[in-house]
Amino acid sequence: MKEDKDEPGSRRNFLRSAFAAGVTAATAVIQIDHIQAAPRNTLPADNAKPLAFFRPDEAEFVSAAVDRFIPPDEEWPGAVDAGVVDYIDQQMAGKWGSAGYMYWHGPFKEGTPTQGYQLPFTPAELFRRSIAAVNDHFSAQGTPFHRLSADEQDNYLKMLLTNGTTLNGVPSKVFADFLLQHTVEGFFSDPIYGGNTDMVGWRMLGFPGPYADYYELIDKHGIKLDREPVSIASSAQLHVM
Amino acid sequence: MTQRLKSVDVVVVGVGFMGAIMAKELAAAGLTVVGLERGKKRWTVPEFQAPDIHDELKYSIRKGMMQDVTREAMTFRNSPTQEALPIRQWAAFLPGTDLGGSGVHWNGQTFRFTEADFVWRTRMHERYGKDFVDPSLTIQDWGVTYDELEPYFDKFEYLLGTGGKAGNLNGKIQRGGNPFESWRSREYPNPPMKEQYGGVLFRKAVEEMGHHPFVQPSSNMTRPYTNPEGLQLNACNYCGFCERYACEHFAKATPQTVILPVLLRNPHFELRTEAQVLRVNLDRNKKRATGVTYADASGREFEQPADLVIITTYALNNVRMMLLSGIGKPYDPKIGEGVIGRNYAYQTTGDVYVFYDESVNINPFMAAGASGTLIDDFNDDNFDHSSHGFIGGSYIMSALTNGRPIEFHPTPPGTPDWGKEWKAAIRRHYNHTAHMLIHGSSMPTRTNYLDLDPTYKDAWGLPLLRITFELPDNDVKMTQFCVDRAV
Repeated sequence: MKEDKDEPGSRRNFLRSAFAAGVTAATAVIQIDHIQAAPRNTLPADNAKPLAFFRPDEAEFVSAAVDRFIPPDEEWPGAVDAGVVDYIDQQMAGKWGSAGYMYWHGPFKEGTPTQGYQLPFTPAELFRRSIAAVNDHFSAQGTPFHRLSADEQDNYLKMLLTNGTTLNGVPSKVFADFLLQHTVEGFFSDPIYGGNTDMVGWRMLGFPGPYADYYELIDKHGIKLDREPVSIASSAQLHVM
Repeated sequence: MTQRLKSVDVVVVGVGFMGAIMAKELAAAGLTVVGLERGKKRWTVPEFQAPDIHDELKYSIRKGMMQDVTREAMTFRNSPTQEALPIRQWAAFLPGTDLGGSGVHWNGQTFRFTEADFVWRTRMHERYGKDFVDPSLTIQDWGVTYDELEPYFDKFEYLLGTGGKAGNLNGKIQRGGNPFESWRSREYPNPPMKEQYGGVLFRKAVEEMGHHPFVQPSSNMTRPYTNPEGLQLNACNYCGFCERYACEHFAKATPQTVILPVLLRNPHFELRTEAQVLRVNLDRNKKRATGVTYADASGREFEQPADLVIITTYALNNVRMMLLSGIGKPYDPKIGEGVIGRNYAYQTTGDVYVFYDESVNINPFMAAGASGTLIDDFNDDNFDHSSHGFIGGSYIMSALTNGRPIEFHPTPPGTPDWGKEWKAAIRRHYNHTAHMLIHGSSMPTRTNYLDLDPTYKDAWGLPLLRITFELPDNDVKMTQFCVDRAV
C-alpha cells in the first residue's frame, strides 16, 4: 500500500491544483459578462465540455444552484468544478432522464409521501419544466438567478426546498430535492459518470474508492489510511497491470 | 398459441437460494426437474467482476440488481381505505431478480429464528396473559417447532459456510457466543468475522453495562472454505461492497458459489432463464397443480406440465403467483378470513449515529456485509416485557456495512442539508462516525396484507401485487424502547 505524501496526484498536490481551479472559475464568471449577447446556442465559457441536455440558460441556473448546494471553499472545489453539471446533464440525456429505470404506466395520480414519486413527468421533463419556471420568474424581475448574490440565491433555494411555490405544475420541493440529490450523486459517484472530477469528492471525505482489500487492515483499529483513491477506470488499468 | 412441452416431475418457479436447494434435493433423488428463472443467467465470472461491479450509482442508487421495475412493479398504500399507487422506483422493498435471485445481492447476515418465535402466540399468552397483547396484532404459532427445524438450520449454515461462535451448544451456554440463541447441535462451520473499530468500542461499552455482545453470524467467508457439496469459497476481504452488490471474490455465499454448479451438473435438472411464469395451471377441481404457463424473452408462451410445482420467488411474489393462479382463499381484511396474503410483516428499524472526535478513525469503508458486533439482550422474548406495553424486540448492533459516499455521509443533528456548513460537516465526520442499527420484529396486523392491484398491470398484462402496510403501534413503541437502550 502506498502511503506517499508528495508524489504527483497526492492529496497535498491536489490541494494546490484545487486552489488553481478556484481561481480559474472566478475568472470564467467575469467572462460570462462579456458574452451575454451571444447567440442562444453558444455554450457558456466555463463549460469546457459540450452539454447534451441542458440549454445554456438552463445550465446557468443549474451551475449557480449546485454551487450553492456544494460551494467551493479554500481547500475543496464546489459542485461545478467537480463536474456535477456534466453529471446531471448526462443523466438527463440518458436512460434515467427518460424514466428508463421507472415503472412508467398510468394512471398517474397524486399520492402520499410514503408512496414516492408519482408525477407524470420523466426526470428530464421535470428538470426542464421546473427550470423554465424559475428562469421565467427571474427574467420577469430583470436579474437571472445566477446574477443574484449568494445570500439571495440561498434564500430562493430554501424557499424551493420548503415547497414555497409551484413550478409549471411541479411542487418546488420535489424539484429542489431532486436537484440536491443529483448534486450529491454527481459529487460522489464514480468519475465514469462525468462528475467527481479527479475523485475530488472521495479525496475530500477520505473514501479510498471502490477497489480495495482490507483483510489485513480491518483489525488494525484506528489506523489512518492515506493513499490515492482508485476509481473504476483507474482500477481497470490496475487489473491490466 | 401456447406450445405444450413434455411433462416433467417437478417445476421450480424462481431459481434463487430456495429454488436451487429444492431443485438440487429433488434432482438428486432422481426426479426430472425444470427450473424456470425470469431473469438472465449470471455468474461470478464474468458478470460480477471488476471493474464494473463496485459501482455505487448503478447498484445502490439505480438498484441495478433488483426486479425490473419497468416491467414488474408493486403498488403500495398504508391502509385499506387508501388508493394504492405503483412504486415507480424501488426504495424500501428490494426484490432481486436474475439467476440466484436476492441470494446474490444479500449481505450474508445469517440468523436463526428462536424457539419462542415458532410458538409466539402461546408464549405471549402464557408469559404475559391473554389481555397483554394489543388485540389488533394477529399473531399465531407456526405449527412447526424449532426442534424440528434445527437439523435444517444446521445443514443450511454448513452449505453456506456461515462464520460465528455458538452461544448455546445442545443447551450448554458458551462464552463469546449469543447466550440468547436457541440450542444448536454443533459449532458454526467457520469462525466469526473480524470486528470493526466501532464494534470493539461498542463491545467495551455494553460489557460494562452487563450485556452480552457477540459477533454477527456471517455468510461472508472468514477463511477459505469447501462446503459439503465440494464447492470452494475464498475468505472475504472486507471491501465494503456487499449489500445490493454481487461478490467478485467467491467470498459471499450465494446460489452461484454454494449450490448451482452442482445442480447444473445433474442431468435430471434443466435450467431455463428468461422464462416468465404467468400462472400455475390447476386441474378442474382447482385442487391440484398440473404445471405452469410461461413466456420466454420474445413473448412466446409455453405450457410446462409437471406433477409438482414449487413456487420459490420470495414471500411477495409467491403470494402474487398464487393469487394470479386462483390457488387458495385470498385474505379479506374486512372479515379477517382467508389465508393467501394474510399477516404480511416487514421489518422495523432505527438508527443511532455516534460522532467521535477526529482522533478516532472509524474507517467505515473497511466492512463486510455481515460485519457487526451486537447484543440480543433486548430482542425477541429475551427480556421481561410486562412493564413495557409491547411485544417483540430488536438487536442493537454496531455495524457499518460500507463507507460508500453517496449513501454514507453522516452529519450530527442540527447540521443543514446543504451549503458550506454541510460540506464542512460531512468532511469532518465521514471517518469519525460509528453507527448502531436497531433492527427488530414486525408484528402482523389485521390490515397489513397482500392482494392483487385492481388498476395497475405488469408488462404481460397481469395485475401487480398490492402491498398494504403501516407500522403497528406495538412496533413503534418497541423500536423507541430499543433506541433508548442504545442511546
